[in-house]
Amino acid sequence: MSRIVGIDLGTTNSLVAYMDHGTPRVISAHHERAMVPSVVALTDNGLIVGDSAKEHLTRNPERTVYSVKRFMGKSLADVQGELAYFPYTLTEKGGVIRIKLGEKSYSPPQISAMILKELKLRAEAFLGESIAKAVITVPAYFNDSQRQATKDAGMIAGLEVLRIINEPTAAALAYGLQERTQGTIAVYDLGGGTFDISILKLKNGIFEVLATNGDTHLGGDDFDQLIADLFLTEIRRQYGLDLSTHPDHMQAVRLEAERAKIRLSDELKTTASLDLPDGKGRFTRELTRDQLDALSIALVERTLGPCRLAVKDSGLAPGDIDEVVLVGGSTRMPLVRQRVQALFGKRPHCELNPDEVVALGAAVQADILSGGTTDMLLLDVTPLSLGIETMGGVMSSLIRRNTTIPASAKEMFTTYVDGQTGVDIHILQGERELAKDNRSLARFRLKVPPLPAGVPRIEVTFLIDANGILNVTAKDMRTGETQSIEIKPSYGLSDQEVERMIEDSFKFAADDVSARKLIEARLDAGALLTTTEKSLADGGHLIATGDVAAIRTALSALAAAKDGNDPRAIRARMADIEQAAKGLTVAMLDDSLKQGLQGKKVSDVTQS
Amino acid sequence: MSGHIHNTDDRRELQMARSMCWHCQSEMAGEYFCDRCVKVQPVSKDLDYFTCFGLPRRLALDPQTLETKFYELSRAFHPDFYQNKSDAEQTISLGNSAMLNTAYRTLRDPIQRAEYLLDLEAGSVKDIRTTPPADLFEEILELQDTLDEFRASDRASESASTLRTKLHADRATLEQRQRDMEAQLQQLFGRWDALQNRGETTEQARAERGRILKDMRDILSNRTYVKNIVNDLVATIA
Repeated sequence: MSRIVGIDLGTTNSLVAYMDHGTPRVISAHHERAMVPSVVALTDNGLIVGDSAKEHLTRNPERTVYSVKRFMGKSLADVQGELAYFPYTLTEKGGVIRIKLGEKSYSPPQISAMILKELKLRAEAFLGESIAKAVITVPAYFNDSQRQATKDAGMIAGLEVLRIINEPTAAALAYGLQERTQGTIAVYDLGGGTFDISILKLKNGIFEVLATNGDTHLGGDDFDQLIADLFLTEIRRQYGLDLSTHPDHMQAVRLEAERAKIRLSDELKTTASLDLPDGKGRFTRELTRDQLDALSIALVERTLGPCRLAVKDSGLAPGDIDEVVLVGGSTRMPLVRQRVQALFGKRPHCELNPDEVVALGAAVQADILSGGTTDMLLLDVTPLSLGIETMGGVMSSLIRRNTTIPASAKEMFTTYVDGQTGVDIHILQGERELAKDNRSLARFRLKVPPLPAGVPRIEVTFLIDANGILNVTAKDMRTGETQSIEIKPSYGLSDQEVERMIEDSFKFAADDVSARKLIEARLDAGALLTTTEKSLADGGHLIATGDVAAIRTALSALAAAKDGNDPRAIRARMADIEQAAKGLTVAMLDDSLKQGLQGKKVSDVTQS
Repeated sequence: MSGHIHNTDDRRELQMARSMCWHCQSEMAGEYFCDRCVKVQPVSKDLDYFTCFGLPRRLALDPQTLETKFYELSRAFHPDFYQNKSDAEQTISLGNSAMLNTAYRTLRDPIQRAEYLLDLEAGSVKDIRTTPPADLFEEILELQDTLDEFRASDRASESASTLRTKLHADRATLEQRQRDMEAQLQQLFGRWDALQNRGETTEQARAERGRILKDMRDILSNRTYVKNIVNDLVATIA
């Protein structure tokens, strides 16, 4: 079975990991960090991803997308409150957000797919084989639409997503594998844009999630924004400058806020400094850890409510938790560690790199799925209750939150009117009483044969699979026939749209491949030109002048081809040179051998 | 919108008859895997949860035994271990896992376990309307009035504060009632298990079984009734 990689598709950074003889390892490209910033920028040379794209945040803010994870599976109305913070333009089509980049608009899964593709390329270059399968992590508190959007992103990137797993659970797998822990653990995962808390029981290789909770809109980004807002207010007051009309400066403020926050995890005070527009000079400000704590305390407190709820839902008390594991870059903040320790009355573990542990866990899960590991098994739960709308707009729960997945529920439906041919079903997710207060997942119409009221009996099975994604099937109990159900997702791409995006991405991929081939051919040609010139200089005297002329002709032909756009022409001219220079190479080898043998005894030569 | 019926009359007779392997058509002798071709078999819809866990139909269960068996069956059925298998096997693994998870959740909780057993032995509790005993009914009617009065009152007023004190007292009374019912249930559970262990088939034993089941059903139904009221009360005075 081909290799499956584990991918942490994060709000701010993404990573890919693989299993190396029983040990999960993250993959880093040549001399680069393993983390790929989850940033996509449209430049004059096309779309770029990662560190190079991150540089465009301040240079090219309107065409540089970051934190796209916040928009996965969302409608524009869902994110209305924070639109002002994003310099790029968001629109909506068919209940799905679209991000404008130059002439084209992209859905969040398409942008995420670009990040996934970058990770895929890295893994392929590192492992020297093509990668087509992956396990991708999502926040535990992601709803069905957000999970589906992540799966779509994988498909668009040309990856078969064998499993969507929850980030805190992935972290527990990596942690459990390393520490061989038994008992009850709490995983506190505060990432760039999301917060999760999961309570797990670890016993003889079984990782049973007891409860999970969280907030899919709370993370490091929000801390940065608070600091940035403070800077912006002060800049307005001191310099009379409103930076909100300068998207490039807004990004610079946000990035400086992030850097100051990171420094304050190790230091007690730091200095933030920013160039101002309109020749207003520099804004410089000292920020102390106490000041940061005062700014962030409300956000940190917001994570504690879900923690208490998760512990309660597990049927435990905070003191029953044996170990607390910290995951996500934001848990480096001393205030976070302090509050978590106070809540559980235990010093939290942070031995594993909080940035990498999720990707490592995804690699472990990938290994389980490929049959490499059989002693570990993850039993996860669904984070939100699933139900349907009933009379009076009330939600009737079918599968409660924190139910172990796979989970299924059956419901029988009938008609109220003679000859009625359809029953409309509205699927919801959430904990609120009224349908309208919960997340609408999908609507579908159940086909019913025209019969007297109450006679049809259609059994609908709602199944949440191991990915936490809903599948619906219906069966006519009278005829025993199953019926396929076309579900229209409330906030997601339709199957046809995903299909089209996959096709588009192949088209882009074809462009990418030929572009890559050209670049590589030019690089190789450049190297060959240099080495051949050097050989001519060093050994030209060893061969006939006619041969030297032939090599020179071939060299100028390659130089001309290198300026063209055809990689095959370049390769052909390179082959010509190798052919023409064969004599030169042989002559030089002979010469160097001769040189090397001079002054040596025969016995030395044979012995060495 | 949708007219949905709660799954009434969904009870089927326990069917222990062994069938054929879906894959190699040989006679099934193994429990969940075919002895001949080692393929996983779909757990029959008619298999009750107790049998699935290899447990007798008793109300006292050792949680450790239950958990151990759950983990063991999870290792046998979980979709993670069927990724490289055929579509048919993956579908069976998914269905079996979902069933196993429901079974474990039901048996793990003593109340759900008792409700499930009642369902197996005498039909679903939820479908039978039992009238609560007169004194409980009176008590709750009065409480409903107080709750309405409290909801309508100005929370800062003195009368609201008096009502709040009364509601707190009512809550304590109801919670005591809940504890009494739990104790009665425990006792009934014990009597049921003892009767089952004796395995008598006399007319007398049959009548005793019927009585215990009826008493259990009444208390479980009243318990739900009281529980809902307490939840409502707690939410109102919080």
